[in-house]
Amino acid sequence: MKDLIEIRWHGRGGQGAKTAALLLADVAFGTGKYVQGFPEYGPERMGAPITAYNRISDKAIRVHSNIYNPDYVVVVDDSLLDDVDVTKGLKKEGAIVINTEKAKEEIIPKLKGYEGKVYVIDARKVSIAALGKYFPNTPMLASIVKVSGIMEEELFLKEMQHSFEHKFASKPEVIEGNMKALRMALSELA
Amino acid sequence: MAIRERLSGNEAVAIAIRQINPDVMPAFPITPSTEIPQYFSSYIANGKADTVFIPVESEHSAMSAAIGASAAGARTLTATSSCGMALMWELLYVAASNRLPIAMALVNRALSGPININCDHSDVMGARDAGWLQIFAENNQEAYDNFVQAYRIAEHKDVRLPIMICQDGFITSHAVENIELIEDDKVKAFVGEYEPEDYLLKDGEPFHVGPYAVSNYYMEAKRAQAEGMKNAKQVILEVAKEFEAMTGRSYGFFEEYRLEDADYAIVIMGSAAGTAKDAVDKLRAQGIKAGLLKVRVFRPFPAEEIAKALTHVKVLACMDRTESFNNECGPLGAEVKSALFDAGCAPKVINYVYGLGGRDVTVESITSVYEELIKIDETKETGAKYRYLSVRED
Repeated sequence: MKDLIEIRWHGRGGQGAKTAALLLADVAFGTGKYVQGFPEYGPERMGAPITAYNRISDKAIRVHSNIYNPDYVVVVDDSLLDDVDVTKGLKKEGAIVINTEKAKEEIIPKLKGYEGKVYVIDARKVSIAALGKYFPNTPMLASIVKVSGIMEEELFLKEMQHSFEHKFASKPEVIEGNMKALRMALSELA
Repeated sequence: MAIRERLSGNEAVAIAIRQINPDVMPAFPITPSTEIPQYFSSYIANGKADTVFIPVESEHSAMSAAIGASAAGARTLTATSSCGMALMWELLYVAASNRLPIAMALVNRALSGPININCDHSDVMGARDAGWLQIFAENNQEAYDNFVQAYRIAEHKDVRLPIMICQDGFITSHAVENIELIEDDKVKAFVGEYEPEDYLLKDGEPFHVGPYAVSNYYMEAKRAQAEGMKNAKQVILEVAKEFEAMTGRSYGFFEEYRLEDADYAIVIMGSAAGTAKDAVDKLRAQGIKAGLLKVRVFRPFPAEEIAKALTHVKVLACMDRTESFNNECGPLGAEVKSALFDAGCAPKVINYVYGLGGRDVTVESITSVYEELIKIDETKETGAKYRYLSVRED
Protein backbone atom coordinates (compact mmCIF):
# COMPACT_ATOMS: atom_id res chain seq x y z
CA MET A 1 0.00 0.00 0.00
CA LYS A 2 1.12 3.56 -0.72
CA ASP A 3 1.82 6.03 2.09
CA LEU A 4 -1.50 7.74 1.51
CA ILE A 5 -4.65 6.50 -0.20
CA GLU A 6 -7.38 8.98 -1.10
CA ILE A 7 -10.91 7.86 -1.94
CA ARG A 8 -13.91 9.85 -3.16
CA TRP A 9 -17.46 8.57 -2.78
CA HIS A 10 -20.36 9.69 -4.98
CA GLY A 11 -23.86 8.80 -3.89
CA ARG A 12 -27.34 10.16 -3.50
CA GLY A 13 -28.71 11.43 -0.20
CA GLY A 14 -30.16 8.48 1.73
CA GLN A 15 -28.02 5.75 0.16
CA GLY A 16 -25.46 5.73 2.95
CA ALA A 17 -22.34 6.91 1.10
CA LYS A 18 -21.35 9.01 4.12
CA THR A 19 -21.93 6.08 6.47
CA ALA A 20 -19.85 3.85 4.19
CA ALA A 21 -16.99 6.36 4.22
CA LEU A 22 -17.14 6.51 8.02
CA LEU A 23 -17.25 2.68 8.21
CA LEU A 24 -14.22 2.45 5.94
CA ALA A 25 -12.39 4.88 8.23
CA ASP A 26 -13.44 2.65 11.13
CA VAL A 27 -12.09 -0.59 9.73
CA ALA A 28 -8.86 1.01 8.49
CA PHE A 29 -8.40 2.52 11.96
CA GLY A 30 -8.85 -0.99 13.36
CA THR A 31 -5.81 -2.13 11.40
CA GLY A 32 -3.63 0.61 12.89
CA LYS A 33 -3.85 3.24 10.17
CA TYR A 34 -4.31 6.96 10.39
CA VAL A 35 -7.69 7.77 8.87
CA GLN A 36 -10.02 10.53 7.81
CA GLY A 37 -13.66 10.02 6.85
CA PHE A 38 -15.73 13.10 6.08
CA PRO A 39 -18.69 14.19 4.00
CA GLU A 40 -18.98 17.35 1.93
CA TYR A 41 -22.04 19.03 3.35
CA GLY A 42 -24.51 21.13 1.45
CA PRO A 43 -28.26 21.51 1.46
CA GLU A 44 -28.81 17.75 1.81
CA ARG A 45 -31.98 16.08 0.84
CA MET A 46 -32.97 12.58 -0.19
CA GLY A 47 -31.83 11.79 -3.72
CA ALA A 48 -29.51 14.77 -4.22
CA PRO A 49 -25.91 14.01 -5.26
CA ILE A 50 -23.56 13.91 -2.26
CA THR A 51 -19.81 13.44 -1.91
CA ALA A 52 -17.81 11.87 0.90
CA TYR A 53 -14.09 11.27 1.31
CA ASN A 54 -11.49 9.02 2.92
CA ARG A 55 -7.81 9.44 3.53
CA ILE A 56 -5.95 6.38 4.83
CA SER A 57 -2.29 6.61 5.70
CA ASP A 58 0.56 5.13 7.69
CA LYS A 59 1.45 8.64 8.81
CA ALA A 60 -0.54 11.27 10.70
CA ILE A 61 -2.82 13.26 8.36
CA ARG A 62 -2.76 17.05 8.68
CA VAL A 63 -4.46 18.19 5.49
CA HIS A 64 -8.11 19.22 5.85
CA SER A 65 -9.23 19.82 2.28
CA ASN A 66 -11.53 17.93 -0.01
CA ILE A 67 -9.92 15.40 -2.36
CA TYR A 68 -9.40 16.47 -5.98
CA ASN A 69 -7.03 13.77 -7.26
CA PRO A 70 -8.30 10.57 -5.67
CA ASP A 71 -6.66 7.18 -6.05
CA TYR A 72 -10.10 5.57 -6.10
CA VAL A 73 -13.68 6.62 -6.75
CA VAL A 74 -16.78 4.77 -5.59
CA VAL A 75 -20.09 5.46 -7.33
CA VAL A 76 -23.01 4.24 -5.24
CA ASP A 77 -25.66 5.04 -7.90
CA ASP A 78 -25.05 4.72 -11.64
CA SER A 79 -27.65 7.39 -12.46
CA LEU A 80 -25.00 9.85 -11.22
CA LEU A 81 -22.84 9.06 -14.25
CA ASP A 82 -25.06 11.35 -16.34
CA ASP A 83 -25.02 14.25 -13.84
CA VAL A 84 -21.65 14.21 -12.08
CA ASP A 85 -18.12 14.12 -13.52
CA VAL A 86 -17.19 11.15 -11.35
CA THR A 87 -13.75 10.52 -12.88
CA LYS A 88 -12.66 14.15 -12.51
CA GLY A 89 -9.07 14.17 -11.23
CA LEU A 90 -9.09 10.39 -10.70
CA LYS A 91 -5.58 8.98 -11.07
CA LYS A 92 -5.21 6.61 -13.98
CA GLU A 93 -3.09 4.30 -11.81
CA GLY A 94 -6.18 4.01 -9.60
CA ALA A 95 -9.64 2.63 -10.23
CA ILE A 96 -13.34 3.37 -10.18
CA VAL A 97 -15.97 1.05 -8.68
CA ILE A 98 -19.56 1.48 -9.84
CA ASN A 99 -22.80 0.06 -8.52
CA THR A 100 -24.78 -0.93 -11.61
CA GLU A 101 -26.75 -3.79 -13.05
CA LYS A 102 -25.26 -3.01 -16.44
CA ALA A 103 -22.22 -4.70 -17.95
CA LYS A 104 -18.84 -2.98 -17.71
CA GLU A 105 -18.80 -2.42 -21.50
CA GLU A 106 -22.00 -0.38 -21.28
CA ILE A 107 -20.62 1.78 -18.46
CA ILE A 108 -17.15 2.56 -19.81
CA PRO A 109 -18.37 4.96 -22.56
CA LYS A 110 -19.88 7.15 -19.83
CA LEU A 111 -16.53 7.60 -18.07
CA LYS A 112 -15.14 10.35 -20.31
CA GLY A 113 -12.18 8.35 -21.52
CA TYR A 114 -10.95 7.31 -18.07
CA GLU A 115 -7.86 5.17 -18.66
CA GLY A 116 -7.62 3.37 -15.31
CA LYS A 117 -9.29 0.21 -14.11
CA VAL A 118 -13.08 0.00 -14.00
CA TYR A 119 -15.00 -2.36 -11.72
CA VAL A 120 -18.73 -2.94 -11.55
CA ILE A 121 -20.95 -4.65 -9.02
CA ASP A 122 -24.71 -5.07 -8.83
CA ALA A 123 -25.10 -3.94 -5.25
CA ARG A 124 -28.87 -4.04 -5.53
CA LYS A 125 -28.82 -7.74 -6.37
CA VAL A 126 -26.35 -8.46 -3.57
CA SER A 127 -28.26 -6.41 -1.02
CA ILE A 128 -31.66 -7.88 -1.87
CA ALA A 129 -30.24 -11.42 -1.79
CA ALA A 130 -28.41 -10.93 1.50
CA LEU A 131 -30.64 -8.50 3.37
CA GLY A 132 -33.96 -8.54 1.58
CA LYS A 133 -33.69 -4.74 1.28
CA TYR A 134 -31.72 -2.28 -0.84
CA PHE A 135 -28.79 -0.88 1.14
CA PRO A 136 -26.06 -0.36 -1.47
CA ASN A 137 -23.41 0.96 0.89
CA THR A 138 -22.44 -2.35 2.50
CA PRO A 139 -21.59 -4.12 -0.81
CA MET A 140 -19.82 -0.96 -2.04
CA LEU A 141 -17.70 -0.86 1.10
CA ALA A 142 -16.56 -4.45 0.51
CA SER A 143 -15.87 -3.63 -3.14
CA ILE A 144 -13.58 -0.68 -2.44
CA VAL A 145 -11.68 -2.63 0.20
CA LYS A 146 -11.04 -5.37 -2.37
CA VAL A 147 -10.11 -2.98 -5.18
CA SER A 148 -7.83 -0.74 -3.10
CA GLY A 149 -6.19 -3.58 -1.17
CA ILE A 150 -6.27 -1.46 1.98
CA MET A 151 -6.40 -4.63 4.02
CA GLU A 152 -6.69 -8.40 3.69
CA GLU A 153 -10.22 -9.62 3.05
CA GLU A 154 -10.26 -11.89 6.10
CA LEU A 155 -9.10 -9.10 8.37
CA PHE A 156 -11.72 -6.80 6.83
CA LEU A 157 -14.51 -9.29 7.52
CA LYS A 158 -13.32 -9.75 11.09
CA GLU A 159 -13.23 -5.99 11.68
CA MET A 160 -16.67 -5.56 10.12
CA GLN A 161 -18.18 -8.31 12.27
CA HIS A 162 -16.85 -6.42 15.28
CA SER A 163 -18.12 -3.10 13.93
CA PHE A 164 -21.63 -4.44 13.16
CA GLU A 165 -21.88 -6.02 16.61
CA HIS A 166 -21.32 -2.55 18.01
CA LYS A 167 -23.47 -0.67 15.48
CA PHE A 168 -26.40 -3.09 15.56
CA ALA A 169 -26.26 -3.97 19.26
CA SER A 170 -30.01 -3.33 19.52
CA LYS A 171 -30.93 -5.36 16.42
CA PRO A 172 -28.47 -8.27 16.16
CA GLU A 173 -30.73 -10.04 13.64
CA VAL A 174 -29.38 -7.82 10.82
CA ILE A 175 -25.70 -8.63 11.46
CA GLU A 176 -25.67 -11.91 9.59
CA GLY A 177 -27.34 -10.40 6.50
CA ASN A 178 -24.84 -7.55 6.42
CA MET A 179 -21.92 -9.95 6.74
CA LYS A 180 -23.41 -12.02 3.91
CA ALA A 181 -23.69 -8.87 1.76
CA LEU A 182 -19.99 -8.16 2.34
CA ARG A 183 -18.92 -11.71 1.44
CA MET A 184 -21.14 -11.79 -1.66
CA ALA A 185 -19.78 -8.45 -2.83
CA LEU A 186 -16.18 -9.62 -2.41
CA SER A 187 -16.87 -12.56 -4.72
CA GLU A 188 -19.19 -10.85 -7.23
CA LEU A 189 -17.06 -7.79 -8.01
CA ALA A 190 -16.25 -7.80 -11.73
CA MET B 1 -1.98 4.77 28.81
CA ALA B 2 -3.75 7.07 26.40
CA ILE B 3 -6.81 5.65 24.66
CA ARG B 4 -6.40 5.37 20.88
CA GLU B 5 -9.68 6.24 19.19
CA ARG B 6 -11.21 7.61 16.01
CA LEU B 7 -13.82 10.28 16.51
CA SER B 8 -15.35 13.32 14.91
CA GLY B 9 -14.53 16.65 16.54
CA ASN B 10 -18.08 16.92 17.91
CA GLU B 11 -17.95 13.47 19.48
CA ALA B 12 -14.52 14.20 20.96
CA VAL B 13 -15.83 17.35 22.66
CA ALA B 14 -18.92 15.49 23.89
CA ILE B 15 -16.61 12.91 25.48
CA ALA B 16 -14.56 15.65 27.16
CA ILE B 17 -17.82 17.03 28.58
CA ARG B 18 -18.81 13.58 29.85
CA GLN B 19 -15.43 13.16 31.51
CA ILE B 20 -15.71 16.57 33.18
CA ASN B 21 -19.37 15.96 34.11
CA PRO B 22 -20.34 19.63 34.63
CA ASP B 23 -23.40 20.62 36.66
CA VAL B 24 -25.66 22.26 34.07
CA MET B 25 -25.93 22.33 30.27
CA PRO B 26 -28.66 24.42 28.65
CA ALA B 27 -28.54 24.05 24.85
CA PHE B 28 -30.49 24.60 21.67
CA PRO B 29 -29.56 22.67 18.52
CA ILE B 30 -27.96 24.34 15.53
CA THR B 31 -25.85 22.89 12.72
CA PRO B 32 -22.97 21.99 12.90
CA SER B 33 -22.78 21.95 16.72
CA THR B 34 -26.02 19.96 17.24
CA GLU B 35 -24.21 16.65 17.73
CA ILE B 36 -22.46 17.90 20.87
CA PRO B 37 -25.63 18.24 23.00
CA GLN B 38 -27.06 15.24 21.11
CA TYR B 39 -24.20 12.90 22.04
CA PHE B 40 -23.91 14.34 25.52
CA SER B 41 -27.63 14.05 26.32
CA SER B 42 -27.43 10.37 25.33
CA TYR B 43 -24.55 9.96 27.82
CA ILE B 44 -26.77 11.51 30.48
CA ALA B 45 -29.71 9.26 29.48
CA ASN B 46 -27.41 6.23 29.75
CA GLY B 47 -26.25 7.24 33.20
CA LYS B 48 -22.72 8.12 32.18
CA ALA B 49 -23.03 11.73 33.38
CA ASP B 50 -25.38 13.42 35.84
CA THR B 51 -25.33 16.92 34.40
CA VAL B 52 -28.70 18.71 34.43
CA PHE B 53 -29.52 19.12 30.73
CA ILE B 54 -31.95 21.96 29.99
CA PRO B 55 -33.54 21.81 26.53
CA VAL B 56 -34.42 25.47 25.99
CA GLU B 57 -36.50 27.14 23.27
CA SER B 58 -33.77 29.39 21.81
CA GLU B 59 -30.10 30.26 22.09
CA HIS B 60 -31.02 33.48 23.87
CA SER B 61 -32.59 31.28 26.52
CA ALA B 62 -29.65 28.88 26.46
CA MET B 63 -27.20 31.62 27.43
CA SER B 64 -29.69 33.15 29.89
CA ALA B 65 -30.08 29.78 31.63
CA ALA B 66 -26.31 29.30 31.59
CA ILE B 67 -25.85 32.69 33.26
CA GLY B 68 -28.42 31.82 35.92
CA ALA B 69 -26.86 28.44 36.61
CA SER B 70 -23.32 29.78 36.70
CA ALA B 71 -24.29 32.67 38.99
CA ALA B 72 -25.95 30.14 41.29
CA GLY B 73 -22.59 28.39 41.59
CA ALA B 74 -22.90 25.59 39.03
CA ARG B 75 -20.20 24.56 36.56
CA THR B 76 -22.01 25.36 33.32
CA LEU B 77 -21.61 25.00 29.57
CA THR B 78 -23.44 25.26 26.30
CA ALA B 79 -22.72 24.53 22.64
CA THR B 80 -23.66 26.55 19.59
CA SER B 81 -22.73 27.88 16.13
CA SER B 82 -23.23 30.85 13.86
CA CYS B 83 -26.65 32.53 14.16
CA GLY B 84 -27.21 30.53 17.34
CA MET B 85 -24.42 32.47 18.97
CA ALA B 86 -25.64 35.64 17.30
CA LEU B 87 -28.94 35.20 19.14
CA MET B 88 -26.96 34.97 22.41
CA TRP B 89 -25.25 38.29 21.69
CA GLU B 90 -26.70 40.41 24.48
CA LEU B 91 -26.05 37.64 27.00
CA LEU B 92 -22.45 37.00 25.96
CA TYR B 93 -21.60 40.39 27.45
CA VAL B 94 -23.68 39.71 30.56
CA ALA B 95 -21.84 36.42 31.16
CA ALA B 96 -18.42 38.02 30.76
CA SER B 97 -19.11 41.18 32.75
CA ASN B 98 -20.57 39.18 35.63
CA ARG B 99 -17.36 37.12 35.59
CA LEU B 100 -19.14 33.81 35.06
CA PRO B 101 -16.76 31.05 33.89
CA ILE B 102 -19.17 29.40 31.45
CA ALA B 103 -17.66 27.16 28.77
CA MET B 104 -19.00 27.28 25.22
CA ALA B 105 -18.23 24.62 22.64
CA LEU B 106 -18.40 26.83 19.56
CA VAL B 107 -18.41 25.07 16.22
CA ASN B 108 -17.55 27.84 13.79
CA ARG B 109 -19.95 28.50 10.94
CA ALA B 110 -20.65 31.39 8.61
CA LEU B 111 -23.32 33.96 9.42
CA SER B 112 -26.15 34.62 7.01
CA GLY B 113 -26.44 35.72 4.32
CA PRO B 114 -26.51 34.20 1.92
CA ILE B 115 -27.58 31.47 4.29
CA ASN B 116 -24.80 28.90 4.61
CA ILE B 117 -24.05 26.12 7.07
CA ASN B 118 -20.32 25.73 6.43
CA CYS B 119 -17.22 26.91 8.20
CA ASP B 120 -15.80 30.35 8.61
CA HIS B 121 -14.89 32.42 11.64
CA SER B 122 -17.42 35.24 11.32
CA ASP B 123 -19.39 34.02 14.35
CA VAL B 124 -16.47 33.96 16.81
CA MET B 125 -14.72 37.00 15.37
CA GLY B 126 -17.83 39.11 15.74
CA ALA B 127 -17.77 38.26 19.45
CA ARG B 128 -14.09 39.05 19.93
CA ASP B 129 -14.84 42.13 22.04
CA ALA B 130 -17.49 40.46 24.22
CA GLY B 131 -15.02 39.62 26.97
CA TRP B 132 -14.80 35.85 26.45
CA LEU B 133 -11.57 33.91 26.27
CA GLN B 134 -11.27 32.42 22.77
CA ILE B 135 -9.22 29.33 21.95
CA PHE B 136 -8.97 27.68 18.51
CA ALA B 137 -8.23 24.13 17.39
CA GLU B 138 -6.64 22.69 14.26
CA ASN B 139 -8.20 19.23 14.60
CA ASN B 140 -10.33 16.96 16.79
CA GLN B 141 -7.40 16.31 19.16
CA GLU B 142 -6.88 19.99 19.86
CA ALA B 143 -10.62 20.62 20.27
CA TYR B 144 -10.71 17.85 22.89
CA ASP B 145 -7.50 18.92 24.62
CA ASN B 146 -8.61 22.56 24.71
CA PHE B 147 -11.92 21.61 26.27
CA VAL B 148 -10.18 19.59 28.97
CA GLN B 149 -8.13 22.71 29.80
CA ALA B 150 -11.05 25.17 29.53
CA TYR B 151 -12.45 25.25 33.08
CA ARG B 152 -9.01 25.38 34.67
CA ILE B 153 -8.43 28.64 32.82
CA ALA B 154 -11.92 30.16 33.02
CA GLU B 155 -12.54 29.37 36.72
CA HIS B 156 -9.11 30.44 37.96
CA LYS B 157 -9.66 33.09 40.64
CA ASP B 158 -7.40 35.56 38.82
CA VAL B 159 -9.40 35.14 35.60
CA ARG B 160 -13.09 34.28 36.17
CA LEU B 161 -14.18 34.78 32.57
CA PRO B 162 -16.26 32.68 30.19
CA ILE B 163 -14.42 30.71 27.52
CA MET B 164 -15.14 29.73 23.92
CA ILE B 165 -13.51 26.53 22.72
CA CYS B 166 -13.69 26.77 18.93
CA GLN B 167 -13.39 24.25 16.16
CA ASP B 168 -14.13 24.49 12.45
CA GLY B 169 -17.65 23.49 11.45
CA PHE B 170 -17.82 20.24 9.44
CA ILE B 171 -14.10 20.34 8.61
CA THR B 172 -13.21 19.03 12.06
CA SER B 173 -16.63 18.76 13.75
CA HIS B 174 -17.85 16.11 11.30
CA ALA B 175 -14.60 14.50 10.15
CA VAL B 176 -13.68 11.21 11.80
CA GLU B 177 -9.95 11.17 12.54
CA ASN B 178 -7.54 9.47 14.91
CA ILE B 179 -7.36 10.89 18.41
CA GLU B 180 -5.82 10.05 21.77
CA LEU B 181 -8.24 10.32 24.66
CA ILE B 182 -7.22 10.72 28.28
CA GLU B 183 -8.61 8.31 30.87
CA ASP B 184 -11.75 9.52 32.67
CA ASP B 185 -10.17 9.58 36.13
CA LYS B 186 -7.19 11.58 34.90
CA VAL B 187 -9.44 14.19 33.27
CA LYS B 188 -11.52 14.45 36.44
CA ALA B 189 -8.41 14.87 38.58
CA PHE B 190 -6.97 17.45 36.16
CA VAL B 191 -10.12 19.58 35.97
CA GLY B 192 -11.02 19.18 39.66
CA GLU B 193 -14.14 20.34 41.50
CA TYR B 194 -15.56 23.82 40.95
CA GLU B 195 -15.34 25.80 44.15
CA PRO B 196 -16.39 29.40 43.47
CA GLU B 197 -15.73 31.98 46.19
CA ASP B 198 -19.08 33.76 45.85
CA TYR B 199 -22.31 32.47 44.36
CA LEU B 200 -26.04 32.97 44.73
CA LEU B 201 -26.80 29.73 46.52
CA LYS B 202 -24.07 30.16 49.13
CA ASP B 203 -25.83 29.67 52.43
CA GLY B 204 -25.81 32.62 54.79
CA GLU B 205 -23.92 34.95 52.48
CA PRO B 206 -26.35 37.06 50.45
CA PHE B 207 -24.85 38.03 47.12
CA HIS B 208 -26.06 40.00 44.13
CA VAL B 209 -25.26 39.33 40.46
CA GLY B 210 -25.91 41.81 37.67
CA PRO B 211 -26.75 45.06 39.46
CA TYR B 212 -27.02 48.41 37.72
CA ALA B 213 -23.71 50.30 37.69
CA VAL B 214 -23.88 54.06 37.62
CA SER B 215 -21.20 55.96 35.75
CA ASN B 216 -19.23 56.26 38.92
CA TYR B 217 -18.75 52.46 39.03
CA TYR B 218 -19.21 51.07 35.51
CA MET B 219 -15.69 51.83 34.34
CA GLU B 220 -14.05 50.18 37.34
CA ALA B 221 -16.06 47.04 36.60
CA LYS B 222 -14.75 47.03 33.04
CA ARG B 223 -11.20 47.70 34.24
CA ALA B 224 -11.44 44.71 36.59
CA GLN B 225 -12.74 42.58 33.71
CA ALA B 226 -9.77 43.62 31.58
CA GLU B 227 -7.48 42.64 34.45
CA GLY B 228 -8.97 39.12 34.36
CA MET B 229 -8.20 38.91 30.66
CA LYS B 230 -4.66 40.14 31.34
CA ASN B 231 -4.13 37.54 34.06
CA ALA B 232 -5.47 34.81 31.77
CA LYS B 233 -2.22 34.77 29.81
CA GLN B 234 -0.19 33.41 32.69
CA VAL B 235 -2.93 30.96 33.67
CA ILE B 236 -3.25 29.61 30.12
CA LEU B 237 0.47 28.82 30.09
CA GLU B 238 0.42 27.23 33.55
CA VAL B 239 -2.55 25.01 32.67
CA ALA B 240 -0.89 24.02 29.37
CA LYS B 241 2.26 23.06 31.25
CA GLU B 242 0.33 20.78 33.59
CA PHE B 243 -1.56 19.36 30.63
CA GLU B 244 1.71 18.56 28.89
CA ALA B 245 3.00 16.78 31.99
CA MET B 246 -0.11 14.58 31.87
CA THR B 247 -0.32 13.91 28.11
CA GLY B 248 2.98 14.89 26.50
CA ARG B 249 1.06 17.25 24.21
CA SER B 250 2.39 20.77 24.29
CA TYR B 251 0.28 23.92 23.97
CA GLY B 252 0.96 27.64 24.17
CA PHE B 253 -0.53 30.86 22.84
CA PHE B 254 0.38 29.76 19.34
CA GLU B 255 2.33 27.10 17.49
CA GLU B 256 5.38 27.96 15.40
CA TYR B 257 5.92 25.62 12.48
CA ARG B 258 9.31 25.86 10.74
CA LEU B 259 9.14 29.56 11.59
CA GLU B 260 12.52 30.03 13.27
CA ASP B 261 14.45 30.86 10.09
CA ALA B 262 11.51 31.56 7.78
CA ASP B 263 11.68 34.39 5.21
CA TYR B 264 8.05 33.93 4.24
CA ALA B 265 5.36 33.15 6.77
CA ILE B 266 1.62 33.07 7.24
CA VAL B 267 -0.44 33.58 10.39
CA ILE B 268 -3.50 31.35 10.43
CA MET B 269 -6.06 29.78 12.80
CA GLY B 270 -8.07 26.58 12.83
CA SER B 271 -8.18 23.57 10.53
CA ALA B 272 -6.48 25.28 7.57
CA ALA B 273 -3.26 25.37 9.62
CA GLY B 274 -2.79 21.63 9.09
CA THR B 275 -3.24 21.98 5.34
CA ALA B 276 -0.80 24.91 5.42
CA LYS B 277 1.83 22.79 7.20
CA ASP B 278 1.81 20.40 4.25
CA ALA B 279 2.32 23.40 1.94
CA VAL B 280 5.24 24.58 4.10
CA ASP B 281 6.90 21.17 3.90
CA LYS B 282 6.59 21.10 0.11
CA LEU B 283 8.11 24.59 -0.19
CA ARG B 284 10.91 23.70 2.23
CA ALA B 285 11.71 20.67 0.07
CA GLN B 286 12.27 23.14 -2.78
CA GLY B 287 14.67 25.14 -0.61
CA ILE B 288 12.20 27.95 0.12
CA LYS B 289 12.26 29.18 3.69
CA ALA B 290 8.55 29.02 4.43
CA GLY B 291 7.02 28.88 7.89
CA LEU B 292 3.79 29.46 9.74
CA LEU B 293 2.36 30.68 13.00
CA LYS B 294 -0.89 29.08 14.12
CA VAL B 295 -2.79 31.20 16.61
CA ARG B 296 -4.39 29.08 19.35
CA VAL B 297 -5.35 31.84 21.78
CA PHE B 298 -7.06 34.83 20.17
CA ARG B 299 -8.46 36.29 23.42
CA PRO B 300 -6.38 37.30 25.26
CA PHE B 301 -4.35 38.24 22.20
CA PRO B 302 -0.65 37.42 22.73
CA ALA B 303 0.55 40.50 20.84
CA GLU B 304 4.10 40.84 22.19
CA GLU B 305 4.83 37.14 21.84
CA ILE B 306 3.53 36.99 18.28
CA ALA B 307 5.49 40.07 17.24
CA LYS B 308 8.65 38.56 18.71
CA ALA B 309 8.14 35.33 16.80
CA LEU B 310 7.72 37.22 13.51
CA THR B 311 10.47 39.88 13.70
CA HIS B 312 12.81 38.10 11.27
CA VAL B 313 10.16 37.38 8.60
CA LYS B 314 10.59 39.30 5.32
CA VAL B 315 7.05 39.05 3.97
CA LEU B 316 4.06 37.91 5.98
CA ALA B 317 0.47 36.94 5.15
CA CYS B 318 -2.30 37.12 7.75
CA MET B 319 -5.13 34.76 6.90
CA ASP B 320 -8.61 35.88 8.00
CA ARG B 321 -11.49 33.46 7.70
CA THR B 322 -13.93 36.33 8.01
CA GLU B 323 -14.59 39.71 6.43
CA SER B 324 -14.56 42.75 8.68
CA PHE B 325 -15.67 45.21 5.98
CA ASN B 326 -13.23 47.97 6.83
CA ASN B 327 -11.64 47.75 3.34
CA GLU B 328 -8.24 47.40 4.99
CA CYS B 329 -7.83 44.13 6.89
CA GLY B 330 -9.57 41.34 8.78
CA PRO B 331 -9.58 41.01 12.59
CA LEU B 332 -6.52 38.75 12.75
CA GLY B 333 -4.67 41.00 10.31
CA ALA B 334 -5.52 44.06 12.39
CA GLU B 335 -4.28 42.46 15.61
CA VAL B 336 -1.06 41.14 14.08
CA LYS B 337 -0.24 44.40 12.31
CA SER B 338 -0.89 46.35 15.47
CA ALA B 339 1.40 43.98 17.41
CA LEU B 340 4.19 44.37 14.84
CA PHE B 341 3.83 48.17 14.80
CA ASP B 342 4.13 48.37 18.57
CA ALA B 343 7.17 46.11 18.50
CA GLY B 344 8.79 48.45 15.98
CA CYS B 345 9.39 45.73 13.44
CA ALA B 346 7.82 45.81 10.05
CA PRO B 347 7.84 42.87 7.71
CA LYS B 348 5.68 43.58 4.69
CA VAL B 349 2.19 42.28 5.55
CA ILE B 350 -0.49 41.10 3.17
CA ASN B 351 -3.91 40.25 4.56
CA TYR B 352 -5.99 37.54 2.92
CA VAL B 353 -9.66 36.75 3.33
CA TYR B 354 -10.10 33.01 2.71
CA GLY B 355 -12.40 30.06 3.27
CA LEU B 356 -15.64 31.99 3.71
CA GLY B 357 -18.78 29.83 3.93
CA GLY B 358 -16.71 26.65 3.67
CA ARG B 359 -14.72 27.58 0.54
CA ASP B 360 -12.20 24.77 0.44
CA VAL B 361 -8.62 25.49 1.49
CA THR B 362 -6.06 23.29 -0.27
CA VAL B 363 -2.31 22.76 -0.15
CA GLU B 364 -2.25 24.41 -3.60
CA SER B 365 -4.22 27.49 -2.56
CA ILE B 366 -1.98 28.04 0.48
CA THR B 367 1.09 27.48 -1.70
CA SER B 368 -0.14 30.25 -3.99
CA VAL B 369 -0.11 32.60 -0.99
CA TYR B 370 3.56 31.83 -0.35
CA GLU B 371 4.29 32.34 -4.06
CA GLU B 372 2.77 35.81 -3.80
CA LEU B 373 4.94 36.56 -0.78
CA ILE B 374 8.07 35.51 -2.67
CA LYS B 375 7.05 37.67 -5.61
CA ILE B 376 6.62 40.68 -3.34
CA ASP B 377 10.10 40.09 -1.90
CA GLU B 378 11.70 39.75 -5.32
CA THR B 379 9.96 42.65 -7.05
CA LYS B 380 9.77 44.87 -3.93
CA GLU B 381 6.28 45.74 -5.08
CA THR B 382 3.68 45.01 -2.47
CA GLY B 383 0.56 45.59 -4.56
CA ALA B 384 -2.83 45.26 -2.91
CA LYS B 385 -2.46 44.64 0.81
CA TYR B 386 -5.94 43.25 1.30
CA ARG B 387 -6.80 40.32 -0.94
CA TYR B 388 -9.19 37.44 -1.39
CA LEU B 389 -7.94 33.88 -1.85
CA SER B 390 -9.69 31.42 -4.19
CA VAL B 391 -12.50 33.71 -5.27
CA ARG B 392 -14.09 34.42 -8.66
CA GLU B 393 -13.80 38.14 -9.33
CA ASP B 394 -15.99 38.36 -12.42
